[in-house]
Amino acid sequence: MSDRQSSNAYWQANLRIIYGCIAVWALVSYGAAIIFRPLLQSIPIGGTDLGFWFAQQGSILCFIVLIFFYAARMNKLDAEYGVDE
Amino acid sequence: MSQFTLNLLFIGASFALYIGIAIYCRAKSTAEFYAANRGVSPVVNGMATAADWMSAASFISMAGLIAFTGYDNSTYLMGWTGGYVLLALLLAPYLRKFGKFTVPEFIGDRFYSPTARIIGVICLLIVSITYVIGQMTGVGVTFSRYLEVSNSTGLWIGAALVFCYAVLGGMKGITYTQVAQYVVLIIAYTIPAVFISLQLTGNFLPQLGLFGTHEASGMAFLAKLDMLVTDLGFRQYTAHHNSTLDMVLFTMALMIGTAGLPHVIIRFFTVPKVSDARKSAGWALVFIALLYTVAPAVGSMARFNLTATMWPGAQTGDTYSQPAVSLDSIQNDADKAWMRNWQVTGLLNWEDKNGDGLIQYYNDAATTGPVTEMATAQGLAGNELTTVNNDIMVLANPEIANLPGWVIAIVAAGGLAAALSTAAGLLLAISGAVSHDLIKGTLRPNISEKGELMAARISMALSILVATLLGLNPPGFAAQTVALAFGLAASSIFPVLMMGIFSKTVTKEGAIAGMLAGIISTLLYIFAYKGWFFISGTNMLEDTAANWLFGISPASFGTIGALINFVVAYLVSQATEKPPVEVQELVESIRVPRGSGSAVMH
Repeated sequence: MSDRQSSNAYWQANLRIIYGCIAVWALVSYGAAIIFRPLLQSIPIGGTDLGFWFAQQGSILCFIVLIFFYAARMNKLDAEYGVDE
Repeated sequence: MSQFTLNLLFIGASFALYIGIAIYCRAKSTAEFYAANRGVSPVVNGMATAADWMSAASFISMAGLIAFTGYDNSTYLMGWTGGYVLLALLLAPYLRKFGKFTVPEFIGDRFYSPTARIIGVICLLIVSITYVIGQMTGVGVTFSRYLEVSNSTGLWIGAALVFCYAVLGGMKGITYTQVAQYVVLIIAYTIPAVFISLQLTGNFLPQLGLFGTHEASGMAFLAKLDMLVTDLGFRQYTAHHNSTLDMVLFTMALMIGTAGLPHVIIRFFTVPKVSDARKSAGWALVFIALLYTVAPAVGSMARFNLTATMWPGAQTGDTYSQPAVSLDSIQNDADKAWMRNWQVTGLLNWEDKNGDGLIQYYNDAATTGPVTEMATAQGLAGNELTTVNNDIMVLANPEIANLPGWVIAIVAAGGLAAALSTAAGLLLAISGAVSHDLIKGTLRPNISEKGELMAARISMALSILVATLLGLNPPGFAAQTVALAFGLAASSIFPVLMMGIFSKTVTKEGAIAGMLAGIISTLLYIFAYKGWFFISGTNMLEDTAANWLFGISPASFGTIGALINFVVAYLVSQATEKPPVEVQELVESIRVPRGSGSAVMH
């Protein structure tokens, strides 16, 4: 593979990881905490429902996990394509 | 020891610490002044970012915003944290790889246009200056309340302190003082929260207490709170009341606005490697979450305590068994001393409207329900707890819960740490834009390294002076700045940075047209409802939900502004000549991490 092809493949792989992470990011915040909250109404948690938990606590915890997942996944990808520092 | 001596001791000790760090970490070069020589570890940078980000608004106001609105204001919790995911995935690593000192510099290089750079500078200045006014006002207020000096004396003391460590230390000094300020503010925020959670729920972790059991009644705490506030005729705490569309758009505007704030972005220029920038965003969010997951507990528990103070029967049994507190008790009892203390500040007030010697607290706007029947039956003349300011939820928290004097003193030091650390970060972003983008980049490109360092220090000193003067005479729009700062960052800076990284085909004409379209549409929408330049009475449309276009509030419009920016930039780029080859190569190079070290020198 030439340099250009390799860096193109690296970028495409990065984009795929980003799409996945952004989907989860949107799902926990806009999805579970706001739009789909009525659907989660039946799952009780501490005097309220799961949607409320996502809105005030769950989404923040998911955000943290997402960033560390992305950082770790990218370190692996960087090494695979030999573009790490 | 008197409360005043304690306050003086805690605030004085924290200030001595900040100045000590500043003297130890003086900046000797522009690389140290703008980017701490890129030698900050990701964890340390994460902690500094958390202090940089969490302002007087996060520390003092956010819990109150949630307390009096409940679920609907979860937007602030998600919006002000979700932005870090965007930063880590879409901006920080690439801008770190780019390896220069300011945000407008990237805009200018990627869009091969000094005009784009100047527009970037203008956006940065509007966003950062509106933001810094709020911090300086917060410093003045905190000083005057806890140290018994006048508001303006407090502001000048704060300004002198920021001058010491920001002008001397630049990014290097600011980084390490921010770490110290983070420690002070997180301790100050957590201690009262732990005590209150223990008192109400028996759980020492406020995060668990929020979803735990209210010990005195045996009910789930949030269910108990819901019952109590609806008994008083207020809206249910955990329920969704406002428009779903607007809630989504507002959360989005806060998220992309957060990711586009220059003073947050430049913090990621200080880490050694691209991979560190990704990791550091994660650490920043960990440290931010330590406060942001406590805030909803503080808000709901303080609301409960305040309400239960006014309805003593609520703690255990039937809410209506004691629907009022006597004026005599408020004026004399030791457990209500906090009410008298805070009445002096004007943040809390009451008035016995019907002269029955009792103070009744309820929602007099409610038209049905038991509380309305009670009001009619007893001949009440309306709610008698006339003022309850949002900020009281955090500031008076230790006193409401009867905590010792040193806790009150540490909350004062924490509030100051939150305001000062954010002010310093903003001032650095402002001075960088002036000395690096305007002076070195545009007016005098041949300026020496030493000359630029001096220019950076002078512009920092001038920015402090301007911020202080604005803090002394806050313009009428100070309260509206959240909408403005986040709206502009969301509609201009975030989209242009993202397109600069993720597209090779967006041209300079596209970027300039996009930024202008984003800013202008957002400003027009905000001004149409809030008044031209926030001068009251000049608004063209009444600022109510019924009048908003598709129910979109002015504060949420940044999301729409960002969309307009993207669309215009795309369309104009299609019609104009492709970016030159070297710009396309620049984009290629920022997309791969390798070589970030060598990019430092330029």
